[in-house]
Formats: sequence, C-alpha cells, structure tokens
Amino acid sequence: MITIEHLTKSYRKFKALDNINLSFERGQAISLLGPNGSGKTTLIKSILGLVIPESGTIKIGGKEIKKDWAYRSQIGYMPQIGRYPENMTIGQVIKMLKEIRKDCTRFDEELIELYNIPAYQNKTMRSLSGGTRQKVSACLAFLFSPEVFIMDEPTAGLDPVASEILKEKIAKECANGKLILITSHVLSDLDEIASHVVYLQDGKLKFYNTIDELKFLTGEDKLNKVIASIMKNEQPKKLITV
Amino acid sequence: MRTIIKYVLLDLIKNKTVLVYTFILAALSVSVLATGSNTSKGLLSLLNITLLFVPIISMLFATIYFFNSVEFIELLLAQPIKRKTMLLAEYSGVAFALSIAYLIGVGIPVCLFSYDLASLTLILSGLFLTLIFSALALVIFVLFKDKTKGIGAAIITALFFTLLFDGLLLSFIFSFSDYPIDQPLLGLISLNPVDLARILVLLKLDVAVMMGYSGALFKKFMGSATGSIYTIFCMSFWVIIPLLMSAKVFKRKDL
Repeated sequence: MITIEHLTKSYRKFKALDNINLSFERGQAISLLGPNGSGKTTLIKSILGLVIPESGTIKIGGKEIKKDWAYRSQIGYMPQIGRYPENMTIGQVIKMLKEIRKDCTRFDEELIELYNIPAYQNKTMRSLSGGTRQKVSACLAFLFSPEVFIMDEPTAGLDPVASEILKEKIAKECANGKLILITSHVLSDLDEIASHVVYLQDGKLKFYNTIDELKFLTGEDKLNKVIASIMKNEQPKKLITV
Repeated sequence: MRTIIKYVLLDLIKNKTVLVYTFILAALSVSVLATGSNTSKGLLSLLNITLLFVPIISMLFATIYFFNSVEFIELLLAQPIKRKTMLLAEYSGVAFALSIAYLIGVGIPVCLFSYDLASLTLILSGLFLTLIFSALALVIFVLFKDKTKGIGAAIITALFFTLLFDGLLLSFIFSFSDYPIDQPLLGLISLNPVDLARILVLLKLDVAVMMGYSGALFKKFMGSATGSIYTIFCMSFWVIIPLLMSAKVFKRKDL
C-alpha cells in the first residue's frame, strides 16, 4: 500500500530522515517509535506531502505522490496538535470538511456519535479544552472512511474513556483491512493495537519487525518491556531485517 | 476554494479585532466628515488616516491570522486540495474581510456625506492598500517559519512603506537635486504602494498645495487621467506579484 524508498530529508545540517526504506501493507497497524526528534513526525508529514523530501520516493497504491495531490483522499490524518479557527463552531468545522470533500458521499460518523459531538456542536473552537479538540480531530480523521489512517499521538490529552473508544475504533478499522500508522509515547496504548513496530533513531531506521518477533527475541511480553530491553541491550543491530 | 473562503469569512466576521477596526474607522470618518464644513478638507484628513492605518493594520492582522492558522492549514492540506488553491483561498478570505471592514468603516460614511469622484477614489485606494498589504503579509507568512520573526518582519515592512520610504526619497532628491531626476523619481514612487494611493486620490481632489513634489510631478508628466490609470496599473501589480511569489514559495514549503 505504501512504499518508501531512500527517503532523505534534512533541515539545514540536521538530518531528520536518513535513507529510509519501508513498505506497509493493508491490515497492518504500524507503530512508529523513537525518542523525541528522531524523525517520526517528519516521516508522517512526508507521506502526507506536508514536508517535501530531498530525495527518495514515496508511493501510495503504486503511484508516486510527488506532483499528485488527489492521493490524499485515501488518507485520514489526525495531527498532534489540533488548532482550528477560533470563532468557528464544531458543527461548522465538520460541515466545512464535508463540503471540501465533495468526492465522498458516505460518512463514517460513528466516532461523532460515540463522543456525543452533536450535543455541543455550537460551541466555538476557542472555548474547547485540548481534549475536546483532540476528539474533533479524531472524528475528522475517520469521517471519510479512508484506506490509510495516520495518527500523531492520538491518545495524548484524551481521558481514559475517550481514549478507549478511539482505540476500539482503530482496532476495528484495522480488522477491516485498513492500514494504520500511529506514533505514540504511551506504549501500553499501542500494545493492544499495533502489529508492527518501526523504530527510528536520529533519522535512521533501527528496525522494522512484527510485535511477535520482537517479543520472541527479547523474551518479554509487554511492548514497553520489549522496547526497554532492546534499548538497554543494544540488540537492534541483530534485529535489522530491512 | 469557495468553501474555504466562505468559512474563513464566517470566522473573521466574529473576530473582535476586525469589529473594533471597523468601528474605529467608522467613528473617525463620521467625526471628520460631520464636523467640518469643507468636505474636501474632510476627505484629506480621511486620506491621511487611510494611508497610515490601513497598511499597518492590514499587514499585522493578516500576518498574525496566517501564522495562527498554520495547524488548520496543515489539516486542510492533508485533504485532497492543491496547495496553491488553499493558500489563495486563505488570502481571499482575510483580504475580503478587511475590505468589508474598510467599506463599512470608511466607504459608507463617505458616500453618505460627500458622494463624488474624489470620495470614490479614496475608497478605491483604501481597498487597494488592504489587498496589497494582505498580499505582502502572505509573502512574509510563506518566507518565515517562526511567528515572532514573521510579525517583526511585518511591522518593519509596514513602517518602511508608510514612513521610511518617504524619508529615503527625500534624501535622494536632496543629494541629486543638481541632476534631472524627475523621471527616475516617478519610477521610484511606483515602488511604494502608499505613495501611489496618495497620488491617486490627490489627482482627483485638485488641492495643488497638498500634492507635494511627487504629486505635482505626476500631474505635470501625465496629466490627471493618464496619471490615475498608471497608478491603478501599478497598484494592481502590487497585488498580483506578491501573490504569485508566495504561491511559488509555498509550493516548496515544509509545514
């Protein structure tokens, strides 16, 4: 579904992404891990076309995304920080995106209902708490039932109930054969969802394995322990399979 | 594109800064026009208010609004929309809202108190200034990544055109006063949209004393009609070129 070849991006002298090669398929739930500043967000933004890569190619469904913009109809994006025009109401934001996406006729409003958004759809975005804004962002990502979901720290700022609802929704879409890309520092959240782990460090791909492989190799059964054990033992060198 | 413009406008109509801007312009226009017996004098005062306030407010407000919308622009760009369309729609929304504010604040009072060609040119030049300085704000938005630096650049640009440019022009005239500099001077004036706006109105007001050196030059070289057409032409360029430039830079910008 998504193929990334030799992707490189640097900001002045700093290499944010260094020759990344990856390939993701439908039905996978990829968790992007790595310390702060390791290039996770840059990778996500390159796939979305928000960051223009220096070299390398990204293909989605076999088509290169360079000059194309229509491919983004296949992607649902939930940003790390959702900020919206202050005086717009929730209802207006949702309506606006629906009007922009005229190509889509069937809307997936399950999350909107689960989060009970219609109850406060006349509130302006300015008056909302960070968590509620995050809920709106989540609803917008799922609204057009895309093929690929890209979520940057989706559960940060959500209360436990909302976070559970979101995780269930993600798992459901994954079971439907959608491709899901998540970055998160809350590893326990990813435990239930992720099927693969991509680990980035200093812009380089350290390893890309399935969770089961990692658990087997480290002998741990919780994702946070797995990652901790890998970081401690510097085992990733043996694990590199790409 | 129309959808984005519509919703940006809906957001800006409820924006307090725009409302206060409209109200202050309206209060100034009414007080200037209603108290004086001479409407021509009133229009002159309004011209000075326009030349000082419109560039600075348009520039600062548009810059801040663009920088505050970065996350929203990101979200919209994750939808299947062309970057150029997105950027121009955002610009149109802001420029349109500020133009409406100017039309209500200055346009309506002027039309009520003294409806003639000179007043209409005043409104036209005010609208042009709004469009030009919002377009310059867009250039600053695409060039700078940091909001604080961007706002600093916006303040400097606005001050440069409203205050500093005339000073430089004056020193240019002084230092080259022994040479025939009339024609180069005309060219230099075209480089400042605020001067162009002033001349456009003064050519219609026929107050020779107030025209200043540049205004007199324009009248001498081009006459009223050609001079007006030339200034309108130049000002249109001042809108179009920054817009094309920012669209080009935005194509390669990392968000």
